[in-house]
Amino acid sequence: MAPQEQIIEIAYFVAAVLFILGLKLLASPKSARRGMHLAELGMAIAIGGTLLDHHIITYTWIVVGAIIGAVAGIIIAVWTPMTAMPQRTALSHAFGAAAAALVGISHYYSEGANLPVGAMVALGIEVMLGSLTFTGSMVAFAKLQGWLPGMPLTFKGQNIFNLALLAGIVTATVWVIVSPATSTLFYAMVGLALAFGVLFVMPIGAADMPVVIALLNSYAGLAGAATGFALGNKILVIAGTLDGASGLILSIIMCKAMNRPITNVLFGAFGKAPEAGPDSGVKGSVRSMTAEQAAELLAGSESVVVVPGYGMAVSQAQHAVKELADVLGERGIDVRYAVHPVAGRMPGHMNVLLAEAGVPYDKLFDMEQINDDFPRVDVAIVIGANDVVNPAARNNKASPIYGMPILNADKAKSVLVLKRSMAPGFAGIENELFYMPNCMMVFGDAKKTVGEFSTALKQKAKAA
Amino acid sequence: MILWTVMMFVLAGFVGHHVIHGVPTLLHTPLMSATNAISAISVVGAIVVAGSEYETVRTILGVTAVAAAMCNVVGGFLITERMLKMFKGGGPGPKGGRG
Repeated sequence: MAPQEQIIEIAYFVAAVLFILGLKLLASPKSARRGMHLAELGMAIAIGGTLLDHHIITYTWIVVGAIIGAVAGIIIAVWTPMTAMPQRTALSHAFGAAAAALVGISHYYSEGANLPVGAMVALGIEVMLGSLTFTGSMVAFAKLQGWLPGMPLTFKGQNIFNLALLAGIVTATVWVIVSPATSTLFYAMVGLALAFGVLFVMPIGAADMPVVIALLNSYAGLAGAATGFALGNKILVIAGTLDGASGLILSIIMCKAMNRPITNVLFGAFGKAPEAGPDSGVKGSVRSMTAEQAAELLAGSESVVVVPGYGMAVSQAQHAVKELADVLGERGIDVRYAVHPVAGRMPGHMNVLLAEAGVPYDKLFDMEQINDDFPRVDVAIVIGANDVVNPAARNNKASPIYGMPILNADKAKSVLVLKRSMAPGFAGIENELFYMPNCMMVFGDAKKTVGEFSTALKQKAKAA
Repeated sequence: MILWTVMMFVLAGFVGHHVIHGVPTLLHTPLMSATNAISAISVVGAIVVAGSEYETVRTILGVTAVAAAMCNVVGGFLITERMLKMFKGGGPGPKGGRG
């Protein structure tokens, strides 16, 4: 090995260690930033080492590409509102996958016919995964951004069609691996994979996006790892595998939190049409309250738990929620937050929004941490969440969400549900909670309603 | 050679599994952007493509790949930091975390 190559190998090794340490320090919000600094250092070392590569003849084009990318990255990082984090994440998976696919295609373009089988296998997987993840992530981005309808878009025989398409892609890939010189087939495979990515994400509803984003994260990582195999570059294998493992673990966590097998999420077109089957029969009267009455109820409580959902993100209510918590806090009322694993449109979405509003993280609780406490809670405020607090998941075997672990908000002494109207949640299922005797609806925009709670409480404090 | 890489892949999978399971739900969104930034290390593959003197087509593909990956490197780390900065503990006082 030439000394230059040795330096590069050592740089990559150091980078790999720093990446792993960086992720390890993400175990606590206290050490997380230090971890990211280590990972950034690792990245700088790896890139610095690569620039010594003797294959590089000119730096001009590298600099051009790097500047374009860096500027775009800075713009996206600085301007993306926290509510749009799921879209940004989908977009970044698209970019990562595109980079892997492009490196693979250019690799094939110049040396395709002469590549050994091992490298060709890796290259085939790299380009296939990269291409379908690219378009799949773009569709996920468009759905989350509202450029495409969030509901599942399906046609008859879609699953069979997609399966056939996938079989075609795999066949083409195997063929190209066996006889690498058939370049037409290689580019046809790229085209088919791009089409497959679109058709694969189209039938998946917006509320299932946490799983899809996590899965695309995994694919993008694995495409990177395959790039590493094709180029014989170990740091790419390590970093890609870490990313792939992370995405896979997150998608498994999300599926468990919905009690649905991943196949159902991917091929079930969940939330498509609310099936016109017999209702759960939990009709009764729904009671509603004005914001002032609700404030009265809150004023008399000692312990309050906020249950946020995607609706909180939509109405940008997180700052108003924090203000309400402060007003309640001044009255000596304990306010905590119960976050369901699939609340929002990506893993951890609600936590980030509440952190942005200034809610200290020790007030944010996972489902397992807080669920047993609900019977001792005076008021549970459900803001823009629906299916994750539907008791049907616990006791109605006919319900599509039966078996899904839910937050026990219904067990609180009183429940305030902030909602625009009586429209059912994403899954199109009636929510039994709304008809329960301890539940009161407060209709209106969540941000406005929460603001009215705070105003009413403040006036009450002044009057006292 | 390929055998070494396969071993590396398997070991990295184990390490990833172990490390990722240590990350609390609280930080899953930053985790995603952090792993995304890290896997944008594919920029090193793109750099070699863009910098070596091959045909124009290859250079164009390489430069595009460098830009896409670099966007994730810079954007990914910046946004992860931006999020992590927001996560604050309750602090010692009863009114901690306000403001």
